[in-house]
Amino acid sequence: MSLFEKFRPIQQAREDLLANGINPFHLTIEKILSPTEAVINGHPTILVGTNNYLGLTFHPDCIQASQEALAREGTGTTGSRMANGSFSSHGDLERAIADFYGVPFAVVFSTGYQANLGVLSALAGPGDTILMDGDSHASIYDGCRLGGAEVLRFKHNDVTDLDKKLRRLGDRSRRTLIIVEGIYSMLGDRAPLKDIVEVKKKYGATLVVDEAHSLGVLGERGRGLAEEDGVEQDVDCIVGTFSKSLGSTGGFGISIHPEFELIRYTSRPYIFTASPCPSVIASTKVALRIIRETPQLRQQLWENSQQLYAGLTKIGYTLGAEVGPIIAAMIPSKEQALAMWQGLLEQGIYVNLMIPPATPNGESLLRCSVSAAHTPKQLETIIESFANVYSPLKEHAASLST
Amino acid sequence: MTTYTDILPQLLETLKPYAKKVGGLKETTDLVSELGLDSLQVMQVLLKIEDQFDISIPLNNLPNIRTVKDLGQEIETLLKG
Repeated sequence: MSLFEKFRPIQQAREDLLANGINPFHLTIEKILSPTEAVINGHPTILVGTNNYLGLTFHPDCIQASQEALAREGTGTTGSRMANGSFSSHGDLERAIADFYGVPFAVVFSTGYQANLGVLSALAGPGDTILMDGDSHASIYDGCRLGGAEVLRFKHNDVTDLDKKLRRLGDRSRRTLIIVEGIYSMLGDRAPLKDIVEVKKKYGATLVVDEAHSLGVLGERGRGLAEEDGVEQDVDCIVGTFSKSLGSTGGFGISIHPEFELIRYTSRPYIFTASPCPSVIASTKVALRIIRETPQLRQQLWENSQQLYAGLTKIGYTLGAEVGPIIAAMIPSKEQALAMWQGLLEQGIYVNLMIPPATPNGESLLRCSVSAAHTPKQLETIIESFANVYSPLKEHAASLST
Repeated sequence: MTTYTDILPQLLETLKPYAKKVGGLKETTDLVSELGLDSLQVMQVLLKIEDQFDISIPLNNLPNIRTVKDLGQEIETLLKG
C-alpha cells in the first residue's frame, strides 16, 4: 500500500461534492472589491465570512503605509530574524503592541498559527502539563504537541471540569499551562474568563488567552476579553493574530512576565521562519493605531452584529447563544448545510460552511463573521438571502414532525 | 488498589451503548475501526471514562490506545499514579 492510499477517502469526498457542483473548500475569489464585496463565480458577492471584523484591509492609511514600506524596504526579508537580523520595523511593531497592552515586550510571529505554535511550545515542554479547552483551535492543539508537554483537555467552557482536572494534578498544577480563547471561532461564544482566572489562582497555574477573534472586538480599548472582563493583570500571556481585526497576516505574543521575551531564543516557530514582510508590518502598525484611535469602529461592529443576529433570529434560525461578530446558524444536517451554503452563494452571499469533524458537537454550521464595514443595506440583503434558503429547511422540519 | 481485572467489567459497561453495531464487546475490540467511533465520539467516551474513574487521560497517550484492553491498561496505569 502506497503512502498516497490514505488520500483516497478525501478524493472520494471531493468528487462527491463536485458531482453536485459544490466545492466549498476550494472557492476562488476572482476579484476582491472591498472588505465586504468580491466577485465570485462571475457574480458580485457580499462577503460575510472573512473575519475582517473592522474592515481595515482597504483602509487608505494601511495601504499607504504598506506601499511606502514596500518601496522603501523591498518585497521580503528573505530569512529569519535570528539568522538575518531584524528590520527596525519589526522592533517598532513589537514596541507598539507592547505599548497597546501596557507590557514591557511583545514578540511578533509570521502567522497567527505560528504565534500559537511558538508561544505554547516555548512555555510548556517535557515535564510540564497543559490543560486546554476542548474546543480550541487547531493551532493550539499543534502548539501543545510541538512542545512535548503532557496535554489534557477540559470540557468546553466548563470551569468545574477545569477545577477537577487541576485538582487531580496535585503539585503538578503549579507547572500547568491553561489555554483558552477569548472568543471561540466556530460559535462565537466567550470563555468564562473571570471564573477561569479564579481557578488558575487557586492552583497556582499559568494562563494563556488566545485573543485572535477578540482583539479589536472586545474591551474598552479593543484589547480583547481579558480587558473586557477586567482580568488583564491575572492573564499571564496573550496570543493574537494580525489576520482578523488588523487586516494583514502575522501574529504575536505578550506577557506580564519579563522572562517571556526570552522565547526568541527557544521558540522554533520564531527562530526557523522567515520574518514578516516590511509591507505587512507597516500596515499592521497603522491598523493597531486605528484600533486605538477609533472606538467607533468597534461600536459599529457591535451594531452590525446586533442587526444580523436579530434578523436571523426573526426568520427562525437557531444561532450560537451570544450576540457578537461571529454568528453561526446551526443546520440539522451536513447535506442541508451544503445546499444552503450553495444557495446563499448563488444569491451573492458568501458565508463559511463548517461541517464535522471541524465543528463542536458535530454541528453543521453556516458561519457569518460580521464587519464594521458592512452597510445596513448589505446586512438586510444577507438576512433576505438567509430567509430565501430557509424555506426548504422549514419544509424539512415540518416533514419530520408529521 | 484497582487492577485491570476490576476495571474491565466497568469499562465494558460504559462502552456498551457504543457497541450496538458489533455483536459483542471484547478486550480485543478496536475502538475506532470496529465500534466505528468518530473522533468526536472518542472524545465524548474518554470524558465519560475520566469522570467514572476520576483520572485525566493525556492526549499524548491516545495514539497507543487502539483496543478495549489498551484503554483498560491505560486506566490502570493512571490510577496507579
